[in-house]
Amino acid sequence: MKKILSVLLVGAMLLALLALAGCGSKDTLTLNVYNWGEYISDGSEGSLDTIKAFEKWYEGEYGQKVKVNYTTYASNEDMYAKLSSGAVSYDVIIPSDYMIARMAAENMLLPLNFDNIPNYQYIDESFRGLYYDPQNTYSVPYTYGVVGVIYNAAVVDEADVGDWDLMWNEKYAGQILQFNNPRDAFATAQYKLDLDVNSTDHAVWDQALAELKTQSPLVKSYVMDEIYNMMESGEAAIGAYYAGDYFTMLDAQAEGVDLQFYYPERTNFFVDAMCIPSCCQNQELAEIFINYMLSEEPAIANAEYIYYASPNSLVYKNPEYLEELGEETVDVLYRFTDNFNEYLNQYAFYNLDADTLGYITTLWETLKIG
Amino acid sequence: MKTASKIYTGLVMLFLFAPIAILLVFSFNGAKSLSVFSGFSLHWYEELFRDSETLGAVKNTLILAVSAALISTVMGTAAAVGIHRLRNRYLRLALDTATNIPMINPDIITGISLMLMFVFVGRLFGAATSLNFGTMLIAHVTFCLPYVILQVLPKLQQMDQALPEAAMDLGCTPLRAFLKVEIPEIFPGVLTGLIMAFTLSLDDFVISYFTSGNGFQTLPIRIYNMTKKTVTPKMYALATIIFFVILAMLLLSNLLDANTAQTVKEAKEKKKARK
Repeated sequence: MKKILSVLLVGAMLLALLALAGCGSKDTLTLNVYNWGEYISDGSEGSLDTIKAFEKWYEGEYGQKVKVNYTTYASNEDMYAKLSSGAVSYDVIIPSDYMIARMAAENMLLPLNFDNIPNYQYIDESFRGLYYDPQNTYSVPYTYGVVGVIYNAAVVDEADVGDWDLMWNEKYAGQILQFNNPRDAFATAQYKLDLDVNSTDHAVWDQALAELKTQSPLVKSYVMDEIYNMMESGEAAIGAYYAGDYFTMLDAQAEGVDLQFYYPERTNFFVDAMCIPSCCQNQELAEIFINYMLSEEPAIANAEYIYYASPNSLVYKNPEYLEELGEETVDVLYRFTDNFNEYLNQYAFYNLDADTLGYITTLWETLKIG
Repeated sequence: MKTASKIYTGLVMLFLFAPIAILLVFSFNGAKSLSVFSGFSLHWYEELFRDSETLGAVKNTLILAVSAALISTVMGTAAAVGIHRLRNRYLRLALDTATNIPMINPDIITGISLMLMFVFVGRLFGAATSLNFGTMLIAHVTFCLPYVILQVLPKLQQMDQALPEAAMDLGCTPLRAFLKVEIPEIFPGVLTGLIMAFTLSLDDFVISYFTSGNGFQTLPIRIYNMTKKTVTPKMYALATIIFFVILAMLLLSNLLDANTAQTVKEAKEKKKARK
């Protein structure tokens, strides 16, 4: 009796599992999108819910339902680890430049069929043939950003502003924030000393480390997204971060804090671009999605939500969007539009070999331990 | 001495509850900032209920936690009964130790090894994707199970072993004796196990992170992934709501406990009076 009961119980559990796993009917297409967190317009603050809008548009256009499974990751490396485990399948991913180069080299990306992405015409010449994808085979740029220095003008003397030196200025000891991530932190020293950020020569990295060590007594703390609260509240006065994020901080700054921003002469550029990984189950649908993301309404909604610059001319030439941002913001965000290709190729982080990456990690540890 | 102990208690309370209090206050902030409070507003609550991704993640988390808790409670209770009835002492000890391994194993090792196993089995059967809701559920049941067993086993040992025997002597079938006599005796343990499994599953991050597939994202993973930009105050609102729901549940269960304790006490007094 007991045996029968336990067999029945196990059977019921297995059935429940199967029923749950087999959810979703056959008539509905599924599209798995894997993107950075908070990196798409999601309907908050009265904005467009891009994913819902795509589902609705697709049904109207093709007469078939599509369900977008939208999930997020926190870093390129997280995304890479998940995909290379071979345990998941995504149709659209949005990695950064160096990661695209690496994944393309490892055959993890599919060549795009641009017949399905006619809106690619709105990506201007200066955003094509970028170093990570010189033949425009695998990627369609989504957003880009440039690192600049943010400072509180209520504390910092205007005379001290300029280039990376401000972040090494002893006058502001204990009020300076540095990146809490080796590549970005070393780069500030390398740009300051006019060294190559992609060098494989250990001596270059040693030199950067020495520079960071002279800075470390002045540093209040090494931070990533904690920088928002520390700058907004006036707790710290100087820090480097992305131009788009500066405007987010500006919106939330406390009374008596006067945040300002400038680009040092040499600084970091990055691009995040839409790609189709080789585990994709429905390439055509993925390409239609990418194409939709390039069309005017969703592209503008995303640019307004993310606050990074868009490489899409439908966005940065749209008068309403430009007016909404205001002249000053446009000047900061879009200063590098015309010769973007040159800047990126010169100042972006390239994918480094394992030996150099290992060496950087070791140096970083000696800096943090002191 | 008395003031010192009061100060000490105060400090402990402060460190325990200040973070929750801050989160609570800033969930009602009109602005996006964590440093400036610019007036009371329900803005972030409105935003939260408009955010379909986050609500979806909450739904996923709840579905997963409820099913993992139910399955691991049934399995765990059955396992505890089985272990309890083993005659061979060494076998019992060995099984007891084996079930405790997932509990003392660091989460990260459990997570990685489960992921590897799912991928391996998936490849074996030629599946394109091996991680999905099912694998996450198996993973959650795996780490909840020992906690349920740990709650139920002591209750079985405390129980008067003659009780089920007496029931069977009086004509109960073994199944009936189990359902009518043993289950009510161990029920508090089963319930505690269920609640523990539910909360463990609810806030697990590490194991979920490794075993989640495409399309099924739980709340802890979603919040972690917000760190490229910054965590929005919507999350403070969500955390506040979760805090109050759990507080209400806690109060309710304490109230029920007090009630049953009261009726038991009354019943005992009546019995005494009759004597």
